[in-house]
Amino acid sequence: MIATPREIWVYLAASPLLHLTMTLAAYLAGDYLFRKSGQKAILNPVLIAIVILVSILLLTGTSYESYFEGAQFVHFLLGPATIALAIPLYAQLPRLKRVFGPSLFALAVGSLTAIISAIGIGWALGASRPTLMSLAPKSVTTPIAMGIAEKIGGLPSLTAVLVVTTGIIGAVIAQWLFRLLRVKDEAVQGFAIGVAAHGIGTARAFQISETTGAFSALAMGLNGLATALLLPILIRAWGGQ
Amino acid sequence: MSNRIVLIFTILLACQLAGEVVARLLRLPVPGPVLGMVILFVALAIRGYVPDDVGAVSGGLLQNLSLLFVPAGVGVMLHAGVLADNWLVLSVALVASAVVTIAVTGLAMTWMKRVTSAGDEAEERP
Repeated sequence: MIATPREIWVYLAASPLLHLTMTLAAYLAGDYLFRKSGQKAILNPVLIAIVILVSILLLTGTSYESYFEGAQFVHFLLGPATIALAIPLYAQLPRLKRVFGPSLFALAVGSLTAIISAIGIGWALGASRPTLMSLAPKSVTTPIAMGIAEKIGGLPSLTAVLVVTTGIIGAVIAQWLFRLLRVKDEAVQGFAIGVAAHGIGTARAFQISETTGAFSALAMGLNGLATALLLPILIRAWGGQ
Repeated sequence: MSNRIVLIFTILLACQLAGEVVARLLRLPVPGPVLGMVILFVALAIRGYVPDDVGAVSGGLLQNLSLLFVPAGVGVMLHAGVLADNWLVLSVALVASAVVTIAVTGLAMTWMKRVTSAGDEAEERP
């Protein structure tokens, strides 16, 4: 006896297999369009994948929870990927030593700029406190940002969305901004992308050059650490007034 | 070789696990994966080199880093309400903050490099 399409759908909708496959396929489709367009920054693979997946989930009436049952296997890899950042960090150690002072200075200035500009603009435009706290860590990679948001009273899942959006924005605007500001040094470009736009920016930076990518990965790791240390202190100082 | 891949993943996961345990044990404000990254970095510094295949596995993971953000990004559908109410504030804050952060970081590093004349390699002429 042959199963009805409905029976098959019931099985697929309940198993992680379908949504895991869909996540990878949507990303490949995004990546294909991105390459096909001659790497136009606006056709960001993550953005395309999200649009495809949200459309499918809304059309089929699937909840985010049941989607995440499958997608969690991909999401989980963010943890090990964060650990793996230690490797390019270590590999770039000799270069980093040469620009150690400027890097540390740029990290301190950039990390504070990311936090203060986001909270400042949000506050000036009247965002609520939980929204501000969700917004504050948006420049660092997802697992770190979610951990910070939880500690300072934001909504971790909203933070995740804001982090991804920031990454896409950073990846889209970076090269345009560097042309405008005449920043040509690859190490500097990479560092600025990594501080502002974490992993999605880093993926973009690797397309510019190996050096840009490595410095972006470095800055992403350092800014994760810096923001995790700085933000709770800043919030305490700010909240205490 | 295939066994090395398992070993490398075990090392990454063990570092993450150690980071999570230490962060909770000492009640540090730093997320576990960040501590795990520091642990691996220190281990590599003590060892003195990165084995080729370790570099290859981590390189593969980092090359496809943006894929890993897709599930979190799809979470946009959970916050349709908050986003609809705050879309203007959030868009302005995110775009402006990204522009300012990239510009300030890039210019700060360029300026400091010039002042300290560090990173002489590939230094452009004025």
